[in-house]
Amino acid sequence: MLEVKDLTVEVDRKTILHNVNLAIDAGETHALLGPNGSGKTTLLMAIMGMPRYRIKKGQVLFQGKDITKLSIDERARLGIGLAFQRPPAVRGVKTRQIVELCLGEKNAKKVEELARKLNLAAMLERDVNQGFSGGEIKRSEMLQLLAQNPSFAMFDEPESGVDLDNIAVVGEAINEILQKERIREKKKAGLIVTHTGHILDYVNADRGHVLMEGTIVCEGNPRDLFADIRAHGYEECVKCRRC
Amino acid sequence: MSKVLNKTLAKNKIEWRRKAEAVKSKPATFGPDIDLSKFATPTEKEKVESLESLSKQAKEAALYVGIDADESFRAGSYFQIDHSVIYERVQQAYQGQLEIMSTSEALERYDWVADLWWQAVHVDQDKYTALAELKHTHGYFIRVFKGQKIERPIQACLFLAENNISQNVHNLIVIEDDAEAQIITGCTLHPRVEEGLHVGISEFFLGKNASLMFTMIHNWAENFDVRPRTGAVLEDNATFVSNYILLRPVKSIQMFPAAFLKGKDSRARFNTILYGMKDSYIDVGSKAVLSNKETKAEAIARAVACDQSQIYARGQLIGQVNESRAHLDCRGILFSSEAQIRAIPELFAEKAPLSELSHEAAISPIAEEEVEYLMARGLSKEEAVSTITRGFLDIDIPGLPPILKGYIQRVLDAATKEAL
Ligand SMILES: Nc1ncnc2c1ncn2[C@@H]1O[C@H](COP(=O)(O)OP(=O)(O)OP(=O)(O)O)[C@@H](O)[C@H]1O
Ligand SMILES: [Mg+2]
Repeated sequence: MLEVKDLTVEVDRKTILHNVNLAIDAGETHALLGPNGSGKTTLLMAIMGMPRYRIKKGQVLFQGKDITKLSIDERARLGIGLAFQRPPAVRGVKTRQIVELCLGEKNAKKVEELARKLNLAAMLERDVNQGFSGGEIKRSEMLQLLAQNPSFAMFDEPESGVDLDNIAVVGEAINEILQKERIREKKKAGLIVTHTGHILDYVNADRGHVLMEGTIVCEGNPRDLFADIRAHGYEECVKCRRC
Repeated sequence: MSKVLNKTLAKNKIEWRRKAEAVKSKPATFGPDIDLSKFATPTEKEKVESLESLSKQAKEAALYVGIDADESFRAGSYFQIDHSVIYERVQQAYQGQLEIMSTSEALERYDWVADLWWQAVHVDQDKYTALAELKHTHGYFIRVFKGQKIERPIQACLFLAENNISQNVHNLIVIEDDAEAQIITGCTLHPRVEEGLHVGISEFFLGKNASLMFTMIHNWAENFDVRPRTGAVLEDNATFVSNYILLRPVKSIQMFPAAFLKGKDSRARFNTILYGMKDSYIDVGSKAVLSNKETKAEAIARAVACDQSQIYARGQLIGQVNESRAHLDCRGILFSSEAQIRAIPELFAEKAPLSELSHEAAISPIAEEEVEYLMARGLSKEEAVSTITRGFLDIDIPGLPPILKGYIQRVLDAATKEAL
């Protein structure tokens, strides 16, 4: 469903990602691991088409189509969604408004139901992300993605700053967005950035990738990868690449 | 009785006229000077039985400034075309709770009206106040009786139907002790009017515990000049909220409405929305004078400048006593490389070390990051920018007819699209 080919990305004239390759099939969920500053957010932003993250080389393919030159909204309308790590507050725009925009006119009535699911009913009349707590921000991102219903969803550290009870809520939302409960005809795909791995206790990931200094250095079963990283730290991954 | 009364009035009038004559050619402190000699005298207009009987064009123009010819959601209405008062009515359900008439009539009817006349605005401020005195052409008198809480808005329309005249109204609004009301004033033109001048004096008097939400919406034309002069005097625990909205081009508008917080615990809030288009010259401020304990004022302004427009957003907070607090918040966005915005906040603590005055002013483009965030949710760039701009200008004002809200959105959408 999504394929990243030989991607090199720069931010403010500094190259952050080097020749990254990644392929995610329909029905799959991948985890992206890596230390702070390794380029995880950069990769997601580049896939979403954020102009600040300039693609120097390589391609992004979605459902077989080259989307490297498409604008953010064109990608969103094709079915790509992103739950931001640190979304901006938008003064004057109500959470209800943005969720309704995501839902589209036909489904606009579902706002309340979705908001209740994420314990955000009280936040609907507040400006998006304005003065939201860390956990509220993450749940508001989930709410927007649920409403948007993308076929390929990316989650940038969905669990950071979220307490244990709410991680379960966030995990459930991710499962719903990715239709994890389905046994057959799984059509959606996901990419979850995490460096604690906690979210993987709630959401099952099929494959993991480790990103270090802008390069994918290791791939495998996400649980195994995490077990290794917990035991030996990310340094092992670098060595692993070398060996 | 009326003889004595007329005598006082006549005596006062001599004094007002003398002061007005003295400043007949005194330009205003701000804004371009206007040649007052070029305006003609309009013809008298007939009274109408109901607002529904107005022409379609007049009704539509009025609607866009918040004036609903279908009065079922209004407590009462006043309608003036050029120099003629064509309609004034208090709805059946509100009879005895408030009164509406022209100020010329009120001056004749009540001797105390002359005592309030020119008390919140100085007659000798400049040539425009002088013009309003020397060539006074009515204006509305709205009085809400003691203790009455009027839940539906009262509407007043000042309408220009003839080209090249000056409308010099003087309004007086009295909200008596413990009374509450909302007033929507719409000032606008017949589509055929291109040039002219509107001078509007508005004096507000709010009694103890009185509360007023005043909303003024202006729709003018590219060659039209506007010079309102506004003052509000607040007694103990009174609340004055003043909303001002300008969404259409104008040649020039200059005003600096003031709230005088004389009563303990009184509060004032100004919300100003300025949308500069074409060659508009817009100089609008808000001023609060805090002269008693526990007074609070807030002045919020949002300015968007397009095309070659120039906007001056002024604010002046004057703390004269301790334990007074005021804040000014002014933000602007330029949508054109030929437009200008100047935010001029001024704080003046006058021998009151415990007075707290603050301001924040910012002129900046719409944050790219916010636009991109909304685009990631599927909005096009234009939709994202107009959603954010609308949010930027959104100041929740109750009582506006839905059609006006829709209109405000359409104007903003069209203008932001053009700007991109
Ligand atoms: N505007 C910028 N200018 C220069 N460097 C930048 C800019 N934005 C990001 N970077 C750098 O790019 C690198 C990768 O950042 P990125 O946000 O992708 O990391 P990350 O893996 O998501 O980290 P974290 O786990 O902390 O979220 C970092 O070194 C960061 O400082
Ligand atoms: Mg990150």
